[in-house]
Amino acid sequence: MTALPAHLHYTLEHEWLEDGSPATVGITSTAAEALGDIVYLELPAVGEQIAAGAVVGEIESTKSVSELFSPVSGTVVEVNQDAVDDPSLVNSDPFGRGWLLKVDVASTGPLLTAEEYEAHAAG
Amino acid sequence: MSDPTADVLSPLHDEHVALGAALTSFAGWQMPLRYTSDLAEHTAVRTAAGLFDLSHMGELEVTGPQAGSALDAALVGHLSALAEGRARYTMIVDEHGGVLDDLVVYRLAPERFVVVANASNVAVVRDALRERLTGFDAALDDASLRTALVAVQGPRAEEIVASATEPADVDAVRALKYYAAVPATVAGLSALVARTGYTGEDGFELFVDAADAPALWRALLAAGAPHGLVPAGLSARDSLRLEAGMPLYGNELDSTTTPYDAGLGRVVRLDKTDADGDPLPFVGRDALAGRADSQPARVLVGLQGLGRRAARHGYPVLASAEAGAAHVGTVTSGAPSPTLGHPVAMAYVTPEVSAPGTELAVDVRGRAEPVRVVPLPFYRRPR
Repeated sequence: MTALPAHLHYTLEHEWLEDGSPATVGITSTAAEALGDIVYLELPAVGEQIAAGAVVGEIESTKSVSELFSPVSGTVVEVNQDAVDDPSLVNSDPFGRGWLLKVDVASTGPLLTAEEYEAHAAG
Repeated sequence: MSDPTADVLSPLHDEHVALGAALTSFAGWQMPLRYTSDLAEHTAVRTAAGLFDLSHMGELEVTGPQAGSALDAALVGHLSALAEGRARYTMIVDEHGGVLDDLVVYRLAPERFVVVANASNVAVVRDALRERLTGFDAALDDASLRTALVAVQGPRAEEIVASATEPADVDAVRALKYYAAVPATVAGLSALVARTGYTGEDGFELFVDAADAPALWRALLAAGAPHGLVPAGLSARDSLRLEAGMPLYGNELDSTTTPYDAGLGRVVRLDKTDADGDPLPFVGRDALAGRADSQPARVLVGLQGLGRRAARHGYPVLASAEAGAAHVGTVTSGAPSPTLGHPVAMAYVTPEVSAPGTELAVDVRGRAEPVRVVPLPFYRRPR
């Protein structure tokens, strides 16, 4: 299993958030592994207002479909077109080239540390 | 919620753990979902070969002088007419014609048959068979837990199985016809080698004693490695069988479905007769005879997804993508097709919209995704 980057924040729904302006959002290696081969991403449009905790997209694998929950409220300023074109990037590099959104953050939802998320994911 | 710790472990469990498989709870068994990647395993079966553990399947032996006629009375097929060494796809139905399970029956000797049942239905099939065998000179033995089943599927399957087979048996294995079986020594172990499978590819299924399964598994992996064989999990098995248009019990088939609804009326042998030429009654016959010539209320069809989002089990089929379109059916299985590169699904729809070419839609989580009715199977292997 990929080691969890300690500098990221995590959600109970298996997203990660990297602080910054804008902040970056993706899904964790745990989520990517559980989904299997990801074949399709449905992501919000640039400019869209998203709310922390709300469903903002879908991640479809050969086996199942999972919803993408936003860890933050704010405005989408970029979506990862490379990952939309080649969703396997989310499997191969979930914390790197498989990022999903960049968001101009207005406020954040409940977030976990890497340690807290690890305990949650193991449970 | 089932308790995964209560699951039965396959005799190959340690092999799966050693290979790093992601395990899943399936029909009361802990089985490999995937070893590496669903897509890679799927593609290996289409282009080279895959090795599957199917030890969760049930094996019910029916033996005795009247084994064949007992099965004629118990199942929809004409099993007493099955030649020794051959297999047949058939079904067991209830008195209303509803499918209790779909089965493969092998005739290993004049008085010896093996009924292979789906893992989730072994108890139902065993209990129904036991009851239906009453009055016949035939015995039932549930060999499920002492039997392991391993499948080698894919265009390289024959070379792989042949290379692991004792020289004296190689010709018999290579000469096996589809839906035929022969005893052979493979990797030094006594096996029943059958040319059957559930992937749409050429392939073999090997029945061995559970204790021999790890040695067989390792020998086949080693023999197959130079040919591109990889271990493949239940996830690849499901996408392969879907592309091949093969029904899955619980999805396309259940006790509310008759074989005719599923387009499998050919397995129902209303014409089977005994040695005197008299019609043979079987459980469900009267109900099925009443359905044989009437148009079923729903038809199983193939749907090609025209967008990128896949329809999944249970999603509503709509007459069109327009708002307020009528509900004309329900998806039974669906996934992105790795081989074809677009989503595929099977669905029960009303007969009026079942013709190939008909444009429909599927409600994919609140959005109508366009689909087209296409003939099944989606994928047919090149010959």
